[in-house]
Amino acid sequence: MKITVNGKQRTVDVEPDTPLLWVLRDELAMRGTKFGCGAGLCGACTVHMDGKAMRACVLPVSAVGDAEIRTIEGLSEDGSHPLQQAWADHNVPQCGYCQSGQIMSAAALLAVNAMPSDEEIDTAMAGNICRCGTYPRIRAAIRQAAEAEQS
Amino acid sequence: MTVLEKISRRDFLKATGVSSSGLLIGAALPTTLRADVLQRPSGDALNLFVSLREDGTVEIIAHRSEMGTGIRTSLPQVVADEMEADWDRVTVIQGLASADYGSQNTDGSRSVRNFYTVMRQMGAAARSMLESSAAQRWDVPVSECRASNHRVVHSDGRSIGFGELATSAAEQPLPALDSLPLKSAADFRYIGKDVPSVDLADMTTGATTYGVDVALPGMLYASIERRPVMGTSIESFSADAAKKVRGVVAVEVIKGTDPNGFKPIEGVAVIADKTWSAIKGRQALAATWTDSAHNSHSADVYLDELMDAVSSKPGVVARERGDVDAALAAGKRVSASYRTPYLAHASMEPPMATAYVTEQGCEVWACTQTPQATQQTVAEVLGLAPEKVTVNVTLLGGGFGRKSKPDFSAEAALLSRAVGKPVQVVWTREDDIRHDYFHSCCAQHYEASIDESGAVTGWLARQATPPIDTTWDASADLMSDGSLSQTFGSIPFAIPNLRLEGHRAPAHARIGWLRSVYNIPFGFGVGSFVDELAHAADKDPAAFWIELIGEDRLLDFAPEGFEFSNYGKPLSEYPYDTARFKGVIRELTETIPWGESLPAGQGWGIAAARSFLSYVAVACKVSVEGDQLKVLEMHSVIDAGLVVNPDRVHAQMEGAMIFGLSLALMGEITFEGGEPQQSNFHDYPVARINQVPRVIRNTITASDAPPAGVGEPGVPPVAPAIANAVFAATGKRHRTLPLNKAYRV
Ligand code: FES
Ligand code: FES
Repeated sequence: MKITVNGKQRTVDVEPDTPLLWVLRDELAMRGTKFGCGAGLCGACTVHMDGKAMRACVLPVSAVGDAEIRTIEGLSEDGSHPLQQAWADHNVPQCGYCQSGQIMSAAALLAVNAMPSDEEIDTAMAGNICRCGTYPRIRAAIRQAAEAEQS
Repeated sequence: MTVLEKISRRDFLKATGVSSSGLLIGAALPTTLRADVLQRPSGDALNLFVSLREDGTVEIIAHRSEMGTGIRTSLPQVVADEMEADWDRVTVIQGLASADYGSQNTDGSRSVRNFYTVMRQMGAAARSMLESSAAQRWDVPVSECRASNHRVVHSDGRSIGFGELATSAAEQPLPALDSLPLKSAADFRYIGKDVPSVDLADMTTGATTYGVDVALPGMLYASIERRPVMGTSIESFSADAAKKVRGVVAVEVIKGTDPNGFKPIEGVAVIADKTWSAIKGRQALAATWTDSAHNSHSADVYLDELMDAVSSKPGVVARERGDVDAALAAGKRVSASYRTPYLAHASMEPPMATAYVTEQGCEVWACTQTPQATQQTVAEVLGLAPEKVTVNVTLLGGGFGRKSKPDFSAEAALLSRAVGKPVQVVWTREDDIRHDYFHSCCAQHYEASIDESGAVTGWLARQATPPIDTTWDASADLMSDGSLSQTFGSIPFAIPNLRLEGHRAPAHARIGWLRSVYNIPFGFGVGSFVDELAHAADKDPAAFWIELIGEDRLLDFAPEGFEFSNYGKPLSEYPYDTARFKGVIRELTETIPWGESLPAGQGWGIAAARSFLSYVAVACKVSVEGDQLKVLEMHSVIDAGLVVNPDRVHAQMEGAMIFGLSLALMGEITFEGGEPQQSNFHDYPVARINQVPRVIRNTITASDAPPAGVGEPGVPPVAPAIANAVFAATGKRHRTLPLNKAYRV
């Protein structure tokens, strides 16, 4: 089976029902995408499929087809995406485990809504749990990144 | 006097693991290891390594586990400050499990308070050796040399970089720690400053290594079907069916014991080449289990029984003052009972461990809060000497007390031995929630008397709580004074007559400690009842708290028959200071519009607690519209003594308030037929961003008292503050958690 991840085509030999999450992690050794619930409930595994935020833990690899997958490793070359910078400025992460998924969800939001309102941020990010409770800083970082892009 | 010793390169490698696979530690081998210092532990004494390379890189060992508090940053920042090292040239290296460090158990909110002084001494020792070595090189008195920002400077203006001194500094005699001069607070470069986390860049790019990210060549993955009810064991399962799943290579039984302490519980492991194969293979096992005495456990029925006992029958007395029965008979009587459920930790990363057993011993990589207990437990289950077990600590995707238990590492070790390959044990979310060391359910009953002036004259409190001790001793059924020291037994109120009692409550589930532990239920009981009394006395709740605490004094509980554990610290060093307790309440009411008049359906609530030696007050503002409860604002004030990294303290308090919000609004594990009824975030919800107030603000009280706990103390006052706010908003008193039993949240 062939899938395209971060612009590179990869061949994997797995059962078609294998969730993309485990293909990324175990087959392709891309472990920035995390496992949190395996049931589409927490967002730790969020990746982009053709630019849209998807939960890789409930996405069978066979459903990927020709779509372009982007993971946290491919969000920027060097951590310079405006969201990654804003995350650093606000010292957002605590344990950090949820943050790949948070940043990928936020990036998908800003891609379609450059200046989200507080409500829109909450709605778009409600699928991503942070058990450490970094939500106030996530909100602030998304607002900063949005404003930085505007100016 | 504390003795300093140089350590050999070999010991350094052993203790830091820099020479091992390089998997977890990106740092290069130290080329020059000269300024290392090792303080041999004496009693509670601890040690830390500092090394300096010829290129000027300072390597500092983090020996505590990083689970989100920023400890991998804050302790090294203390060392660097005292050493006058430039933070940009510091590399933090995670230490392995080693008795040389003293306790590495990262729980109880004690990393900074136990290691602050040791870290300063380690930094100061290195600085002094650098200064001596520069003095020798220049042939001048050492008093003319001063380390400053990664250089040693002579009074005549010449200077030399730390790196150039690396070799000669090591040849200096080692200074005595006790006589080392420490910097004055005015000269602090990093202590008290918001130094960004050392792991920040990796955390925003997905480059971090947590327990689940460890990958060894040839590694297999295991998913384990564990016993559903305490006390059951395996009856039957189909290894063949599991082995039919592509990728499955073995099925192994792990024998369990009850109570299991730190050891694994009974289970059947499916081992496969990939995580998904192991999970699928396990689904095919169709395991059946024997009966157990706990098969009839229902949390609801059990809590009914405990509630009945505390509200109707006298219990075992833990603390007593005056004659509470006479007081209750004389005054206006107020009584209330509070009910709080089991909770699960649900750290974002479930427990994950990798082990490789070879003829040489066992190496473990795990997201553990307790590397040493992991080493000990793995050694025990394998029948090895502890020194044969090497434990590497990965980053932890949250811990909250769950990862203090090394059971998952022991599972990995047993399975690796069985198959002769490295094995990673992957706990699914369902495993994590269903097989947690649960936060205990709790029943409480309070009675108080109020005289005409509105003063409280008597306080009777009873609790029934399955104790944590049952994890090791199945017969334990009464809370110890140590456990009751968490708020219930240590109330600071100036009430002339009081009696605190406990009922027996055997455990029917595995009990553990969860972020702030018994302060959660007791903080709720005490924090709610004080509010109830304030309203009964027709007084402002914040002013009433202050009045109830009474005059400034240092508390001593011994005369009242109560052995107050004070979080393991002597009262001489960390007194229970009522002035500081009142101080945070006062400061809080000054930072919020306390007393403002609000539209109908809105209200402010306040509560406070001393836990882990810190004093915290929390105020919440809520709105109730129909059956919709919304928390609009949360504010806290913490007096944690000296603070090393204010930004991380704010972050911990923000997180703690949201943790408290989760449990107050939604946290509940129920049991039926002995089995937990929840399994994932759909039925064990935790706070999501849309439930979190837009205003969450923490204030740090300026204090030069010794550093106290920060990770946990923000949690206990939250639930009562919310319930008290709901009362202010609606006139309805809620004495049962979580609040989603009464409202949409
Ligand atoms: S791991 Fe995919 S949503 Fe939780
Ligand atoms: S930072 Fe720990 S779960 Fe979000």
